[in-house]
This record gives sequence, C-alpha cells and structure tokens, in this order.
Amino acid sequence: MNEDIFQGYKGKALEVLKKYNVQVWDDADIETTRGHFSGKILPRAENTDSLHIVLKLSTGYNIGVHVSTIITMSSRRLAQPVFKIPEKEIPYTKGLPRIKLLGTGGTIASRLDYRTGAVIPAFSPSELYASVPELTEICNIETEEVLAVFSENMSSKHYIILAKKIEEAVKSGIDGIVISHGTDTLQHTGAALTFMCQNLPVPIVLVGSQRSSDRPSSDAALNLMHAATAAAHGDIAEVLICMAGTTSDDYGLLHKATRARKMHSSYRSAFRSINDTPMAKITRNNIELIKKEYNKKDKNRTIKIIPTFDDRVTMLYYYPGMKPDILEAVIDNGYKGIVWVGAGLGHINKEMYPAVEKAHTAGIHQYMTLQTIWGYVNLFVYDTGRDIMARGIIPCGNMLPEVAYIKLGWALGQTDDAEEVKRIMLTPINDEITQREPYNAYLVYQGGIEEVEEFIRKVRK
Amino acid sequence: MKSIDPKENFEASKKSIGYVDLKNAQPKDYQRIGFSVGLEVHQQLLTKEKLFCRCPAGIYQKPDEYDAELLRHMRPTLSELGTYDDSALMEFKTKKKIIYRISNTTACTYDIDDTPPFPINREALRIALEIALACKMNIVSETHIIRKPYLDGSIPSGFQCTALLGIEGEIELKNKKIRLAQLSIEEDSCREISDEGHTRIFSVDRMGIPMVEIVTYPDILHPTEVMEVSNYIRFLNRSTGKVRTGIGTGRQDVNVSCKGGTRIEIKGVAHTKWLPALSHNECFRQWALLAIKEKLQKRVKKENWKMQSVQLNSKDFPTAYAPIKKAFQQNKHIIAVNLPYFAGLLSHFTQPDKAFYDEYVHRLKVIACFSVPNMICSEDMDEQLEVDFIQKIRQELHSKEEDAQIIFWGPENNISTALQVIEERSLMAFDGVPKETRQSFSDGTTAFERVLPSSDRMYPDTDTLPITIDDKLIEEIKQQLPQSVSEIKQQLKDWKIPEDCHAYILSRNYFTHIQHIVDNLHYTPKFIGVFFGQKLKHLHGQYRHIPFAIQRLYELFAFLEKENIDKGIAYKMLKQLFIHPAKDFEAILDLLDFKRINEDKIVKQIPLIADKYKAIDDKKSNIDKKNSIMGQLKKMSLGNINLSKLAKHILP
Repeated sequence: MNEDIFQGYKGKALEVLKKYNVQVWDDADIETTRGHFSGKILPRAENTDSLHIVLKLSTGYNIGVHVSTIITMSSRRLAQPVFKIPEKEIPYTKGLPRIKLLGTGGTIASRLDYRTGAVIPAFSPSELYASVPELTEICNIETEEVLAVFSENMSSKHYIILAKKIEEAVKSGIDGIVISHGTDTLQHTGAALTFMCQNLPVPIVLVGSQRSSDRPSSDAALNLMHAATAAAHGDIAEVLICMAGTTSDDYGLLHKATRARKMHSSYRSAFRSINDTPMAKITRNNIELIKKEYNKKDKNRTIKIIPTFDDRVTMLYYYPGMKPDILEAVIDNGYKGIVWVGAGLGHINKEMYPAVEKAHTAGIHQYMTLQTIWGYVNLFVYDTGRDIMARGIIPCGNMLPEVAYIKLGWALGQTDDAEEVKRIMLTPINDEITQREPYNAYLVYQGGIEEVEEFIRKVRK
Repeated sequence: MKSIDPKENFEASKKSIGYVDLKNAQPKDYQRIGFSVGLEVHQQLLTKEKLFCRCPAGIYQKPDEYDAELLRHMRPTLSELGTYDDSALMEFKTKKKIIYRISNTTACTYDIDDTPPFPINREALRIALEIALACKMNIVSETHIIRKPYLDGSIPSGFQCTALLGIEGEIELKNKKIRLAQLSIEEDSCREISDEGHTRIFSVDRMGIPMVEIVTYPDILHPTEVMEVSNYIRFLNRSTGKVRTGIGTGRQDVNVSCKGGTRIEIKGVAHTKWLPALSHNECFRQWALLAIKEKLQKRVKKENWKMQSVQLNSKDFPTAYAPIKKAFQQNKHIIAVNLPYFAGLLSHFTQPDKAFYDEYVHRLKVIACFSVPNMICSEDMDEQLEVDFIQKIRQELHSKEEDAQIIFWGPENNISTALQVIEERSLMAFDGVPKETRQSFSDGTTAFERVLPSSDRMYPDTDTLPITIDDKLIEEIKQQLPQSVSEIKQQLKDWKIPEDCHAYILSRNYFTHIQHIVDNLHYTPKFIGVFFGQKLKHLHGQYRHIPFAIQRLYELFAFLEKENIDKGIAYKMLKQLFIHPAKDFEAILDLLDFKRINEDKIVKQIPLIADKYKAIDDKKSNIDKKNSIMGQLKKMSLGNINLSKLAKHILP
C-alpha cells in the first residue's frame, strides 16, 4: 500500500481515517457534533497535533475537524493532484551575455509544502525562469540546480561543491554567474566563495529574497533581475551580494560579499555593507558605481580555486560573567580555531584568561572580532586588551565575525602553522579587513530626529 | 447606407428585453428574469489592536499626513497546480505602480509586508466567534489562516489573511429565513487615496483592522429584501456592542445573478440604501447581455469571428472632433477597430443611461489605464463624429453594414493591451455574462472593476499555525450572547414602540439600555422606547459632532425618579446634557431655571388664571381656554406635574 495516502497523519487522526477508509485528497463528508462539514482531505502539517483532520472546503478555506467530534464520515476517492510549475525551455537571444544561474534552494526559490504547511525550496532554476520571464531580456541564462537546502543548513561541504561548480562554469567561458541562495547565511557563503574562488575573470553574484516568492509582493523577482544585470552587464569581477536597497521595489545594492551583513530578520533591505559603502546601486537597466576601485572583468584571467575548509572552528560570543568551562569544553572537544566576538573594542573578562592561555598552549588559533559590528578591534587602548593579546588572541581589525569564522576554517583547511594561519588571516583577499573607515561607512540613522524624518518622508524608502 | 440611430436603438433594445425601472417593477418581473442575490457583509470589530500586529486599530490619518511613502509592484504567483489566477494576470497587465503612505502611529513593518505576522488577536477572535454563534453557525474545531491573493495593491503582501470560523447559519426575516453560508475573520485592506494612469496610492492606516465577513446564500429574491437582509446582519453585528460604527466600518459586496447569467460581485457598497437599485440594475444588465449573446450567435459563430484594426493618420483621416484632433497633435497613436457583426450592439441597452459600448470603456480604463475621453464608437449616443470620418474608416477597414467600429487613442505602450482588451470583451459577448467584480456608483449603476478571482487561488498561510477552538471557549461565549435581532424586534413590538423607532434603536444597539431602564425604574417601555427612537435620535442628528455617553440616559431617568421630578422635563434636560456633557443634573436644572413647586400649589393657580381669562374674553371655546391656561402654567409645571394630569385639572 502506498504510504503516502495518509500524509502527515498520526495517532488518533490516523486511526479515524483508517476506520472510515478515508485518505488524503478524498472528497469527504463528515458528520460531527458541531454540524456537517464536507471538503477535500488535505495532508496534515508535521508539527501540529494528531487530533484534527484537515479539510479544504469548496470555498477554498482550510479547517480542522477534531476527531472527537466525528460521528461518521464517508468519502469519494479522487486522484492525487500533481503540483507542478511548468518548466519552460529558456529562449536564446543572440548578442546577450551568457549567464549561469546556480540554484541552492532557499527563499528566492521556494514554494508551499502541504505536509509541513511551510515554505520549502522547490523551484528549479527553470521553474524560476518560468515565473520571471523578464530574465531573457537581460541575458541568455543557463540554469543548474546544484543544491536544494535551506540557507541555515548550508555548510563547508556545500561551499566546496559551489566553488567547484563556479570553476567549471567559468572555464566554460560564461560571462557571469548568479547564485540563488537563502538569506540567513548568504554572507557566510559569500565570504567562503570569496576565499575559495580567487583571481576571478567574471562577476559572481549571490542573490536571495527576504519575502518568499510565493507572495505577490515578494522581492525575489526584482532581486533576481538586478543580480542577472550585475552578472551580465556589470564590470565588477568579484563575489557580490545583490539585494534590495530599500523596502520599495526600486533599486538594488551590490555589496562586497566580505563586507555585507544581514541586519534585519525580515526587512527587504536587510543586507547592508558594514564599515564601507556598497559597491554599486543597480536598477534593471543601469549600474551606478559607488566605489571606483574594484577587480575589473577580464575573461582572460584564470580563476584560482582553493576549496579547503576545516570545520573544527567555533565562535565564542562574550557575555558578562562568562565562565571558563565553556572554553575548556571547546579545548576538550578538539577544536582547532576560535573566533571570539568580544565586547567593545574586543574585550573579554579576566576570569577567562587562564583558559585562554590553556587553549593557546594547546595550539588553538584564537582571533578577536567585535559585537559592535562596526569599528576596529583595538587591544592597545586598555591594559586588558594587551593582557588578551599576551595570551594568544590575535585582533582581526574590522573583519566581520562571520567572515572571520569562514576565513579561519578556510585557512586551517590549508595549514596548521600558527604564523602561516596568522598571515592568511590578516592578509585581506577582498577587503575583509580595510585600512580605513570612511565617514559614510557607519550610518545607523535614528527615527524621530527631525532631519531623519524629513529625509524618510522625502526620499521614498 | 442604412445607418443605426443609436438613441432609438438604445430605447428599442431596452424595451425588447423588458426593462422595468425599480419603482414600477413587480414581483413577477423579478421572477421572469430570475433575480437572485447573496450578500457578503464585512464588519470591522471593535478591538484595541489590529489582527496580526500590535498597532492600534481604528485610527485614520488624512491623505497628506504620512511619515513615509514606499513603492511596490505586485507579481502574480503560481498556484500549487502551476497555473496563474485570471484576476492576478489582469492586475499584472495594468503595470501599476503602487504607492503606500505610512504613518508611524498607525502602521508597522508587518503592515507593509516587511515582517511576518504576529499571533492572531484573541480579542478579535472572540468577538468574531460571538457573531458566528449569534448567526447560529456550526463552529469549526480548528481554523487555518488562509491567504486570499489581491494584486490590486490594496494589501501590501499581495494577499489577505483570513480564517473560517463557522458555516451554515441562518437569520430570520419577517416572512422567511435566509441561510448563511459562512463567517470568516479577516484583516482589513489599505484605503485607496487615488488611482490615476499607472499610479495607485494607498494609505496603510486601515490595513490589518480585524473584520468579519458574513456570506449569505443567494436566497434573496427581491431588491427590497436585499436591504432587509443587510440591515438585519448589521443590527446583529451591532447587538454585540463589540463592532465599530461610522463611515466605512461596515461594507458589503453584493452577488447578483439572473436566470442564465453568472454570479457578479458588486464590491464595497458603502450605503445599504444603494443596494436595491444596484441589484436591480445588475440583474437587468445580465439579462441584456444574454439578449446580446443571442443576437450575436444568430449572426456569426464565435470561432469565425475576427476583428480588424488600423492606425489612423491626420492626413488621410481629418476630423473636427476635438479629442482626436488633439490626439493627432500630441502624436498619440489613434487606432480604429472593426467589430464584425456588432452593429446595433454597441448602443444596446445594458443599464440606465449605459450601453454595451460602456463595457469596453470601463475595461480599457481599468486594464489599459486609459484616461477618459480616449475612445469613441460608431454608435456614439451624442453623434459627435462626422459621417465622412466614420465612412472613411469603414472603407479602410473594409467594414460591412452589420459591423461596428471603436476608435481609441493613447500612448504607444498602452495600445497592444487596449487591442487585446477590446478583442477579449468582444469574444466574451458570445458567452453572455463575463465573470467579474464591479464597482458601484450612487446612481445605481456599476462598472467593471476586475476579473473575478477563483476559489482555487486560496492557499494556506505558511507563517502561522492552526488555531484550536475548543468547546470550553464556545460555551463561555454562548453564555454572553446578545438577544437575537428578531427577538428584539418582537419585544419592541410587544412594548408598542412604533416601528419607525426600531431601525434607530437596533442600529445603535440601544435595546439593552432601554431594557435596563424599563427593568430597574418605573417608566413604561413605550415612553422610554419613543424617547430613544424620536427624542434622542433628533438630538443625535442636531449635535452630530458631539459624542454622547449613552449610560447618562439611565442616570437621568434614575435621577428624575429619585427626586420625584416629572419625566416631562427629560427632553429639555437631555438637550442641555448634549451641550454641557460635564454638568451634573442639578446644574442642568439650574440652567433650565427649574424650581421645585408643589403640585397642589400649581393646581391652585388654575382658578386664578381662569378668572383672568374670563375677564378678557369669554366667547372662546373651552379648548382655547385650556390651552391658554396650560401655556401660562407650562414653565412652572414642567418637571413638577405631569402635563396631561394638569390638563385634567383644568377641564375635568
């Protein structure tokens, strides 16, 4: 018997369905103590109770019928519907750049899962094209579904797969690469690809959406068009993140992947360049450069791939009263690297010092980044900072904590030598540490201030 | 060439379909065309906060009062079955820029779709369940939040979150029962501020206010019944005392069909008094479209029908008709379309003062964003086009006698959409009544609003969990249910309160206040009912802008009873209470210059005045005499002695 006929049902609800020989997708009539209900039996979402049977009424509404209210039920068997988005063959336009779209799953490519009642990554890139046909006006697009995972489930092995796919695509003479990706760890993947794929001849643009593509207001389509424009017509051959610049469907921003950070859980313009300006402002027909220095597109350049990663690296977020036992556990579990996220200029409490020293002696590579997100680590201002450095923690300048984590894993994938690791960590590959912080690199405006309110009202945000 | 006189043709077609106006229509007319109506009544709930976020509900800002504007576009999304909804595609074709105006006090990031929903407002859920139970519905044991897509921009996420709470209820009218199909709880949409060309502006303040939607079966068979049902549901909602009142807090959609027609939804009717005319006219419009279908099918097969079009230039097609002349000057594209076999149909009656041609006008305006006037036809009622001009176009298009022509003009990028719309609407004429939603006008006519979305478009919200509605909650709410509207009506009747007072008492939900006074004080129900239904109503009309705390009426009557003051002074006191809401009753009496005088003392005045009266003129009748004495004693008597009692003392 096909196991799928009772999708998601368990416990009492499953017993009742079996008792009346009713299965998912049947048209059912249910007599209950609360009256008569009829409709199509739907799968039950996994993390809900086992006491209700879900019906889709003819009006399109879904309801749950509590099994204890059921007096009797009967049903008419119907074929299981096929949920499918038409996969259109993508047309070719002579003269337009060739772009490879690599799919990884995530919100930019997702649709509803009846079983869990939640969004699942399910659009293949060609399905994605079917919903954003405008892409063919921008470029000739080739698609490949490399991964189908939620952004939060991405890890080092996925970075390596992607890096190799990029190499393969670049060697095939592609004009640019777009990678669709969930937004939760977009900045981590961006950093990993920056380190793993160097000497880039063409742009590599990571794109996601904050509001899922199953909603008419989704930012997925516009972000994708912007990303395709940046990959096909842009001159910046770096790993970039392309997301909405504002909450309006207006322009997108191109961020250097090593400097971008997701700063809001759901807002459209969640991605911001930290400690620097974005690279460019982008619309469907224009790329307006903000930074004038960048790695220019040059198809004669040969891509260099360093697909290594050691995931025995962890992050420790300092909090007042932190106990050394946490660090002891890290040492005992055989970790090779620690990225500290320190308070203020990069501080941790004195109580930790002995354990820090112990970790250092054990050969664990320790680096300091900031909870403040903006600014530089500076362990010279206060004595405590000097104490920390003396115990083996190396300051990471203005490298973002997540970027430092990725870089340390990547570095340890290549060598265990402390000096070599330090050299790799502190030698920027693409501005993960910058030498200076311009005045307009730190902007967190506060609402309620007259001039800010005026700015918001005048400039559509 | 034999040409059609559009006006004559309009009148003749109106007669041939048997149109009767609302005033003169008989029940048999409605039976003949199969008049059938169902209502969808939307009512805002009186909650502190919105349905899925914690913004305050019910606060509105003026159109230019906003802290920020943002711009969005809506895209159709594929259903699970891989298809697009027709209405969604239509909205996408309009290529509208949607602008939202937000004020920080009334909207948050949820309202503009930048944050997922918060848990449903329990206060709203409870009120909605109370209404569902008052509608005698079957309550579901678990409700799921469902998304209903709207791509017109009225909801920033592109869908309305709604959840079904009850099905299969009923209400009892004077002579029949009307079945209720369902009740759902939903979030209100944004308020449209303007819609011109390719830009539509919304205010986000109303977005997310909790509402219920009550849907009736199409059991309504007469226009006056439409109003009766609408009022009944309104009174029922208000009987809970937990719904919002005032302009825009209750709106209804009317679903109309005629025999052989289709369900047409007239959206957002703001006033119940418009309902009879709207439903009457819509039913006859469908009847007219069926007549047009029949004529057309006799002339040509749908699959063989093909329209032709040509672009006009000012050299070959000169005209004195000002709008086209101007369009030529502005280098707009001017297109003439030939509609084979449509002669006599464009000027065919559809609604009062509206012909079949208007169906094209409205669709072009909505879908192709055409501003008016941007088109004209060969059967123009005002005959503004020169005969030569039309003749030339006909030659150019190789038109036959039985053909009709539409000429339209606009910017180049709107032309292909416009041609598509004209072709679509023409082909729809072969099938009768196209499925659509229509907007209403105060004159009782309607116009195309959008393609009717199908129920397939509904899909579960992915950001929320199902909500259980257990027996305990239902029992708790059942204990507090208000009396039913039909019971209240019967009680008012039993109390001999005149029927013209009922609507006011029911719509303001004053029955419980009347009952409270009647139960606890010693006044007759009829006096109190009439006092509410006439005196209070009058003052409410006079001092519309002053809020009045209704519980003060109980306090007023309790005060009069305690102080042994006659109720005759109540109206004068109430009037002062409207003007001076903060004053206590003694102070109000002072304002009225009231002095407590013993009843006997007043009665003793009667012979004195009567003597004086005699001295002046003894020829007048007893009645005049009584009135004169009453007049002189009135001020002194008011509040001290019942005036009819006084009259008996004068003329025993």
